[in-house]
Amino acid sequence: MVTKWLERIMPRLVLAPTFVIALVFIHGFILLNAWLSFSSSNLMPKYDWAGFIQYERLFANERTAVAATNLFIFATLFILICLFLGLLMAILLDQRIRGEGVIRTIYLYPMALSFIVTGTAWKWILNPGLGFEKLMHDIGFETFQFDWLVNSEMAIYTVVIAGVWQSSGFVMALFLAGLRGIDESIIKAAQIDGASLPTIYRKIIIPGMRPVFFSAFIILAHIAIKSFDLVMALTGGGPGYSSDLPATFMYTFAFTRGQIGIGAASAMMMLMTVMAVIVPYLYSELRSQRHA
Amino acid sequence: MLKKILSKSIAIALLAMSASAVVHAGEVEVLHFWTSGGEAKSAAELKKMLEAKGHTWKDFAVAGGGGENAMTVLKSRVVSGNPPAAAQIKGPTIQEWGDEGVLTNLNSVAESEKWNDLLPSVVADAMKYKGNYVAAPVNVHRVNWMWLNPAVFKKAGAEIPKTWDELFAAADKIKAAGLTAIAHGGQPWQDSTTFESIVLGTAGADFYRKAFVDLDPASLDSEAMVKAFDMLRKTKGYTDKDAPGREWNMATAMLINDKAAIQFMGDWAKGEFTAAKKEAGKDFLCMPAPGTAGMFTFNIDSFAMFELKDEKNKAAQVDLAKTIMEPGFQEVFNLNKGSIPARLNMDMAKFDTCAKDSSAEFVKSAADKTLVPSMAHGMAMFSAVQGAVYDTVTKFYNDDAMSSKDAAKALASAVKAAQTK
Repeated sequence: MVTKWLERIMPRLVLAPTFVIALVFIHGFILLNAWLSFSSSNLMPKYDWAGFIQYERLFANERTAVAATNLFIFATLFILICLFLGLLMAILLDQRIRGEGVIRTIYLYPMALSFIVTGTAWKWILNPGLGFEKLMHDIGFETFQFDWLVNSEMAIYTVVIAGVWQSSGFVMALFLAGLRGIDESIIKAAQIDGASLPTIYRKIIIPGMRPVFFSAFIILAHIAIKSFDLVMALTGGGPGYSSDLPATFMYTFAFTRGQIGIGAASAMMMLMTVMAVIVPYLYSELRSQRHA
Repeated sequence: MLKKILSKSIAIALLAMSASAVVHAGEVEVLHFWTSGGEAKSAAELKKMLEAKGHTWKDFAVAGGGGENAMTVLKSRVVSGNPPAAAQIKGPTIQEWGDEGVLTNLNSVAESEKWNDLLPSVVADAMKYKGNYVAAPVNVHRVNWMWLNPAVFKKAGAEIPKTWDELFAAADKIKAAGLTAIAHGGQPWQDSTTFESIVLGTAGADFYRKAFVDLDPASLDSEAMVKAFDMLRKTKGYTDKDAPGREWNMATAMLINDKAAIQFMGDWAKGEFTAAKKEAGKDFLCMPAPGTAGMFTFNIDSFAMFELKDEKNKAAQVDLAKTIMEPGFQEVFNLNKGSIPARLNMDMAKFDTCAKDSSAEFVKSAADKTLVPSMAHGMAMFSAVQGAVYDTVTKFYNDDAMSSKDAAKALASAVKAAQTK
């Protein structure tokens, strides 16, 4: 009797502490932040009610639009290029080549670095007077120009380059696992029916990896939206504030400029963006589980 | 037996003595962001002096040059009701903390130590919240300096400039000689540092005060401001391509390594020259930015003191305020940091020519009313407004399609938007 009761209660008991911690420190603080975004907080948090004033100030600020546009450019390119390169590398590696283990490790290795390291390294590589451009000049291509890092129009694309370098290996590993999980007999059957290799990939294997695409997309999307350290290390948001992202915007206003209210409002906007991506995904996932 | 009793009583006596010695000794916790080379040395001096008075120094250093991280930590400490004794806070931010009602009153120590006589009124006013002393100043930096490398000028056959026209003429020659005329680090605060020297040099101290202290919209969006923006863009043409994102000390290094001729930077740049064993007046020159001779943009570091509960710690806090203002500390600290003492009538014998000039100009400009707070270094306006100015200046600097007229207009509207609370 007692053991039965224990058996029933045990999972709940074990899960309770993490549940409470998540409730307070994630959801509780989200609510607290929501309150701050409706308060008149400046240097220090104030718990009063000021209506939508912080949101009005947020949207009146020119940097908000710059940060939002940059996020759109960065997220779109980062996700698409990572997915494309990741899939391509996975398919090539899947051809049972020699030394696959070594190559896989090399491609996966950037993931072991922190974004700060990636950002700093690429800052040096892309700096016109120090890295790639200088190298090309030194070996004789005097007119070669690659100044994206110091060009306020192009700086955000350098963030894409560094981000893709860091994350595409990880996406490759995800896809490789997916490719290995596909039933050999289906492929064999297709081969017997005379399907060419590209057709097999296009019609059978890639559609079969739908769940992997979803996972990769979700992981990449949240890396993109919360991206902070990479930009800080690579461009510092510059030149000027041309490569600002919502996360760096939030940090600047909440912590360096004593405008906690605007910072909180922009954090809420980031949360909404994440929700817009995650909620439809969760909805479709949960629904398909119920049907299964 | 007797021996035992004797030793016990000695031990008790010793204990009692040491106990009486610590009666007045408290603990001072000092939040600062002096973590690099000369700065860390300066902080260590303060620690030594306080420990000589019998107090315990609890170091609370949070790295990050601009003090952003330190301020974040400070906020959380104050919110939780456990502030440090003192924190490195300066300029109008002292007023912001005063508004929060967490700063202590230092009037009694200020009176007994005669701070009113020792400090120039501009400095004293910055240390007060609603007429009461709440902070103690450690130094005065002059921001409107221009650093020159005479060797580079000589190599290019250019004259040392006194006016903006001469400066651009010299810069043309230096550029033609294949060297960088102006060493610049493309970070918002550095863009603004150059910009404020240009505004002061072209439009004068009264205009500067109207625009950056009174935040008068008509001055911000004026012909004079348009001209200053034009001038800022012109200086950009003489910087090198790798400037964006460069740290200020790397720009100074370009002068040290004879790669560049001019840098607009406050007197902390001197520390880099000294560390590289360069001699003021010979290997490098310090001159006020063109048009700003006799004017002085100040940047004063100070310690704001927080209201404490523990009586012993309060006593230690008072001693800290006293020590900061003592000539001994002011001398040692500023020799290390490159700035000049905040208190007047100090013996400047140990300082170099740049610091002596700075000190003389400081006194003179205070009398001539050409002493103005630095906009780029958080002395003139609240951080929100300063941020708005940074944004506009740096946007203009990096976006060649933006006209000077639009920049002046944007400056006025951004400042107005940031002021509404």
